[in-house]
Amino acid sequence: MDEPEGAPVSLVPSERGSVPSGGPSASFPEGHPPTRSLLPGGDPSWRTRRMGDAIFRMLAQGSGALLLVIISVIAVFLVLRTIPALNADTTNFLTTLAWSPDGKPSSFGIEALAFGSVLTSLLALLISVPVAVGVALATSHYAPGWLARPLAYLVDLLAAVPSVVFGLWGLIYLVPNIIAPSKFLNHYLGFIPLFGSNGTYGKSVLAASVVLAVMVIPIVAAISREVFIRTPRDHIEAAWAIGATKWEMVRTAVLPYGRSGVTSGTVLGFGRAIGETIAVALVLSANYDISFHILAPGGNTIAANIANRYGEAGEVGRGALIASGLVLFIITLIVNFGARAISGKGNRGDAS
Amino acid sequence: MKFQRHRAVLGLLAGSGLLLSACGSDTGGGVGSPSTNPGGAVAITCSSGSLLAAGSTAQQNAMAQWIKDYLNKCPGANINYGGGGSGQGVQQFINGQVDFAGSDFPLAQGQEQQSADARCKSGSALNIPMVGGPIAIGYNVPGVTKTLNLSADNLAKIFTGKITNWNDAAIAQDNPGPQLPSLGIQTFHRSDGSGTTYNFTNYLSNDAKTDWTFGTNKNWAAPGGQGAKGSQGVAQGVKSTPGAIGYFELSFATNSQIPYAAVGNAEGKFVPLTQANAVNFLAKAKEPGTGGDLKLQFDYTTTDPTAYPNLLVTYEIVCSKGNAPDKLPLLKNFLGYAASAAGQQELLSQGSIPLPDNLQQQVRSAVESLG
Repeated sequence: MDEPEGAPVSLVPSERGSVPSGGPSASFPEGHPPTRSLLPGGDPSWRTRRMGDAIFRMLAQGSGALLLVIISVIAVFLVLRTIPALNADTTNFLTTLAWSPDGKPSSFGIEALAFGSVLTSLLALLISVPVAVGVALATSHYAPGWLARPLAYLVDLLAAVPSVVFGLWGLIYLVPNIIAPSKFLNHYLGFIPLFGSNGTYGKSVLAASVVLAVMVIPIVAAISREVFIRTPRDHIEAAWAIGATKWEMVRTAVLPYGRSGVTSGTVLGFGRAIGETIAVALVLSANYDISFHILAPGGNTIAANIANRYGEAGEVGRGALIASGLVLFIITLIVNFGARAISGKGNRGDAS
Repeated sequence: MKFQRHRAVLGLLAGSGLLLSACGSDTGGGVGSPSTNPGGAVAITCSSGSLLAAGSTAQQNAMAQWIKDYLNKCPGANINYGGGGSGQGVQQFINGQVDFAGSDFPLAQGQEQQSADARCKSGSALNIPMVGGPIAIGYNVPGVTKTLNLSADNLAKIFTGKITNWNDAAIAQDNPGPQLPSLGIQTFHRSDGSGTTYNFTNYLSNDAKTDWTFGTNKNWAAPGGQGAKGSQGVAQGVKSTPGAIGYFELSFATNSQIPYAAVGNAEGKFVPLTQANAVNFLAKAKEPGTGGDLKLQFDYTTTDPTAYPNLLVTYEIVCSKGNAPDKLPLLKNFLGYAASAAGQQELLSQGSIPLPDNLQQQVRSAVESLG
């Protein structure tokens, strides 16, 4: 393909190995290019290519190594800044339900924050994944072509909206308007602890989760759609051939094929949700207790807490926030590995 | 850009003729109109160079105004005040990244003061008060038109969930006249760390000792209630929620037209929030600092019925000695303008309050003695 013009074909080794040639290059086994001594007069284009190879390898390997260095430097930085703060904490970092690192005495704990982070993110996924899969199916298999393409663009556009915009929408529109449905849920389903409340509504975990869900939908939808449209034609035709309806075809051919895509989309969505800072900071009421009452004001997340507390944090306060960042890092790591393990297992097993 | 727009709104709301005219020339793109005090004397002395500062967002509007005034007069200078919060400002000051910091708190004794002193090399780090900010207790009780009286004890009980309804007998006792509606109280507090929370809880810890047990803290520590980010968030929450009560700087109450309470002082007398009453309370503050340091300690025990006891004061943190020689003239001239009568007068349009006269004098001589 990129054989330089003017070079004698018989002397240019081809990686494709399929160039029929009676020249000397035919005698070299695949993958072993000739040494330079065999080239007549050191063809300059050949030398450039070798040099390019070396440079590219160096760049690629360097980038890989640099990434490792950056990650380890960040890890070292986090740990170093964390230790003095953890030493100053007079209470247990893992179980304290308060955040007063600059207080006297200093007291802060991660438990409520970590709980809130995971709870809001899981709720957000619960709301967004079914919708996102629906959007992906609609744009890949249901909507007519003239509609599917703009629809897909719109979904992608939603992913590009800055999160602070979602946060402001949540604060100014969603919070006042979620009160009525919250009261409804509390009135009829209040016997379920999840929908219990102390009589106030609004800046709740539910509101934050809905905002996060809206932010997560485009990610899950885009990735799922990419996989759904790659469903092999054979599978679809086979489903049609045995008389499947459209829904049966989607269920037996598209969804099983796209499962890995939905899973990785969900993992990415979880990452976005758990790391979301400003939107959650604007919407949530920021308490430091553990409560499953998703309709009542309260809840907090690690990322939102960092956004809220950093500006006024003192020496210990900054260390404490960095410690919470480290915990967030670890949670994300665990979730990523967990999801990979699960989706890997699913793919190896029965894929129907 | 942002400041200018903000300023324009504030200026309009303040309705001050002097400031409106200043505003008009700015928005009209007027160049080099010198800022004058009401007496007509120009208070700005020019020097060139550049200054970088950061910190407290409570004084950000005031700083933006002062910087604009100064640069209008002295186009050769370059002054930048980044917000970011007091904690960040102090940190950057200690690291030597800014020439002075704005902070809602004086430097903490011990580690913080030592680090800041070390940055100043031959001198020490001073707390110089510059802007006072009355904290309004805003409420949203439909049908109530007159100013509510809320004692410190009642405020503490409301904000800790011990009083949960507006028709509570304890509130009715302080508010004779038509009965308050039976409506659940929803409290709003800051979800982010802030000097506003610090000073409000400081007032409660001093004047409601038995009912407020959560100490003085820049992070809201009491259970219950709803948190919101920034004074804007609290004001918006109060404005949109019937039965709500919250605390924020006066400018947010006037901008959003939220009614605010007269609060009880140490003796249980109710003091309405006016700029004069706030300045009066500021004037009673003690100055425990030494060596030119002007940090203030509010006198919450005062029984003066014209001293509004719920306010914050924000400081500039500067080096007494050891400032870079090329920055020093500009530093002194700029802060000198901020502390001048003309500069302090600008604060009234921001919903802030000027320092009392005697304190202005002290601040001016402190700025003058910087080296």
